[in-house]
Amino acid sequence: MQEILSDYDVLAAFWGTIKLSILGTIGALILGTIVAVLRLSPVRVFQWIGTWYVNTFRNIPLTLLMVFSILGLTFILGLQLNSEDISSNVFRWAATMLAVYHGAFICEALRSGVNTVPVGQAEAARAIGLTFGQSMRHVLLPQAFRGSIAPIGSTIIALIKNSTVAAVIGAGEAANLMSVVIENEGSRFSVFLVFAIGFVILTLPLGLFFTSLSRRLAVKR
Amino acid sequence: MKVRQFSAIIAASVLTLGLAACGDSADDGGADAGSGSTGGGGKAVKIGIKFDQPGLGLKEGENYTGLDVDVAKYVAKELGSEEGDITWVQAPSAQRETLISTGQVDMIFATYSITDKRKETVSFAGPYFIAGQDLLVRADDTSITGSEALNGKKLCSVTGSTSAQKVKDVVPGVQLQEFGTYSECVAALTSGGIDALTTDNTILAGYAAQDQYKGKLKVVGKTFSEERYGIGIKKGDTALCEQINTALKKMVDTGEWQKAVDANLGPAGFKVDTTKNPPTADACS
Repeated sequence: MQEILSDYDVLAAFWGTIKLSILGTIGALILGTIVAVLRLSPVRVFQWIGTWYVNTFRNIPLTLLMVFSILGLTFILGLQLNSEDISSNVFRWAATMLAVYHGAFICEALRSGVNTVPVGQAEAARAIGLTFGQSMRHVLLPQAFRGSIAPIGSTIIALIKNSTVAAVIGAGEAANLMSVVIENEGSRFSVFLVFAIGFVILTLPLGLFFTSLSRRLAVKR
Repeated sequence: MKVRQFSAIIAASVLTLGLAACGDSADDGGADAGSGSTGGGGKAVKIGIKFDQPGLGLKEGENYTGLDVDVAKYVAKELGSEEGDITWVQAPSAQRETLISTGQVDMIFATYSITDKRKETVSFAGPYFIAGQDLLVRADDTSITGSEALNGKKLCSVTGSTSAQKVKDVVPGVQLQEFGTYSECVAALTSGGIDALTTDNTILAGYAAQDQYKGKLKVVGKTFSEERYGIGIKKGDTALCEQINTALKKMVDTGEWQKAVDANLGPAGFKVDTTKNPPTADACS
């Protein structure tokens, strides 16, 4: 175990995982909020688009999305996120696909949060003359976010662990280094232990944080 | 009362499920041994090979083909096991050491390069073939003639593989794209997304010879490393190692080795490096 830590740059690999997760989380929160608003909007077409997004990206395996981003989008359609450097192109696509995939889950978490807001409040907001946008911004979404912190936290933790899927397109993160170590050292128990502990260090405090946050911020009704 | 009955039923079904699962695995073993006994009479042996490498170890239906498979069959025969006694086990790269040390296989013939690190956990007999890292390019590409021409080119390999690590040292200026499997690299190569694919020349030759890529891809033919394929066995089993080495020597002497190489790697237009092949076995330790 000591040997793995001294021979390989484990910290740099986990730094890659952290960067990927942060970028993916920001993107997923933005996308998820947009899609949730679409699904809740009174316009039928927007609802369709939102439903289509969630059903599509929630049901495509992440591995497939990752491979498609490079084999399909970069190599065949020529959509490069960095045409100078192939590895940063891969990294950016990996973050994008993490955001796109988990955006669907964030959307559903948010919608469950919206459902905790009594219908009467939405009706009251419209009755006093707030537009759809205003009632979303001032009444529904603030309560929805507070009500859905726990499921959003679970989604973010899942995102951190799912960032390992990016190894199938060779993005520089922990799972990539793990396959290097296994190739060189053989699949010893200590190899798995090092990486498992790394992920526990990343996700366990986050889980505790979200649990306490959801308790403190819960809307008292 | 109802609740108690219900939970008793659940407990009972869970137990039977568990037992059934055990039964299944026992059946699997039985079935394999059964297929072994059809030809056999000899000593049962479990051999680990790759199932997905054309020309080396490939499973097609119930048939196993490739150089690794042919060498394994010959060695097994010399050790007293007929073809029917062999149980083939899939040995993916990352699991090879575990398969041996836990006794799930007796020998591994799976493009298993002999390295000092691996010798710490397993012992090697052989080598039975010496391959080298090479490049696969599109057939009409004349710009890539060897590793030195790779600067600034887009190169593909499998995440974490030795080939990917080595090429970073040999050509620092190369742009490396990594995928989970070689098949994705080959797809990217044919679509023009990358310029070359690198790994052992034997594996590359297998892909170049596949029907759907015939005539579209070529192996450059300039190796820049030496991969010595050995036979992985339990650490410290020198008796078995000696036996295998004797069998290998006999295989080369009788010309069976050359026949196996020609039959499996020949169709790919693969030129065997005769200065290194057939190799002489290392001393057992």
